Amino acid sequence: MFDYFNPYRIFKINSTLQKIVFFCFIIVLSIGLVEALFLSPEDYLQKDSVRIMYVHVPAAWISLGIFSTIALLSFSVFVFKNKNLILISKSLAPSGILFTLIALVTGSIWGKPTWGTWWAWDARITSMLILFFFYTLYLLSFRIFEDQDRSNKISSIIAIFGAINIPIIKFSVDWWNTLHQPASISLTEKSAIHSSMLVPLVIMTAAFALFSVLIFLMKYNTELIKIKNKGLKRL
Amino acid sequence: MITDLVFMNGYGVYVWSAFAFTLISFLSLYFIISLQLKKEQKRFEKNFSTLSEEKYNAAINQEIHKEILKHSGSKI
Repeated sequence: MFDYFNPYRIFKINSTLQKIVFFCFIIVLSIGLVEALFLSPEDYLQKDSVRIMYVHVPAAWISLGIFSTIALLSFSVFVFKNKNLILISKSLAPSGILFTLIALVTGSIWGKPTWGTWWAWDARITSMLILFFFYTLYLLSFRIFEDQDRSNKISSIIAIFGAINIPIIKFSVDWWNTLHQPASISLTEKSAIHSSMLVPLVIMTAAFALFSVLIFLMKYNTELIKIKNKGLKRL
Repeated sequence: MITDLVFMNGYGVYVWSAFAFTLISFLSLYFIISLQLKKEQKRFEKNFSTLSEEKYNAAINQEIHKEILKHSGSKI
């Protein structure tokens, strides 16, 4: 099974995929922006400020998805002792932290016209801020500890520990009284959002997902070349 | 019509700044990662070109090294 995680194989696929993913990203993003900014209707209550949803919600979804993946891969590192899984997790983190930041900043911008405040210590916002700190700690652990085995172990522990925050973010709107509304989209139930708004939301989510794939591919190759550079010096 | 699109009933400043922040963040991360990748490729090429003949022959036989050199546009 781990032959699929062979660095040479991944590097070769990555190098070819980068251009294709970049091209798809530009196309999907362009369609998404036109839909989100010009074609989708305004909300009856929030008016045009609802358009911020098309960047805020996909960013929040993807940041959660990436951290869940990192946590799962970090757990697998302890089980399977495969160092390439660390490399994959490390390469996912830059886009994850960026999406968390985008979710926080655009949420704050959306909060001003909707709630009348830039920031509130509401359960959803606070737990997202904690996620941002976990991402920061995760990335810093690779810089702080020079010993690679130690940094791998500590970063994996941070990711596994940080995974506790994921269900808290997801269910914060149900467990506590927050400024955020409960989830409008569910995999098991009918969506509460009209298709005229759901379509741009799905397109923007696809564009953001493609961007995170693109950054992952580039970062993975960078990290792999860095390792091979060290290997050349040891020859 | 253009003013309607820009001002969005008074919400334009919020909507446009949210979208601008997102796109600028995308561009920044893309360029940072691109620069890092190019820097590592150049360093690899430089390290490779300074290898002794014996070490060069051992290194060039590895598929991953060939692939890195191929994608960095190296003439080695």
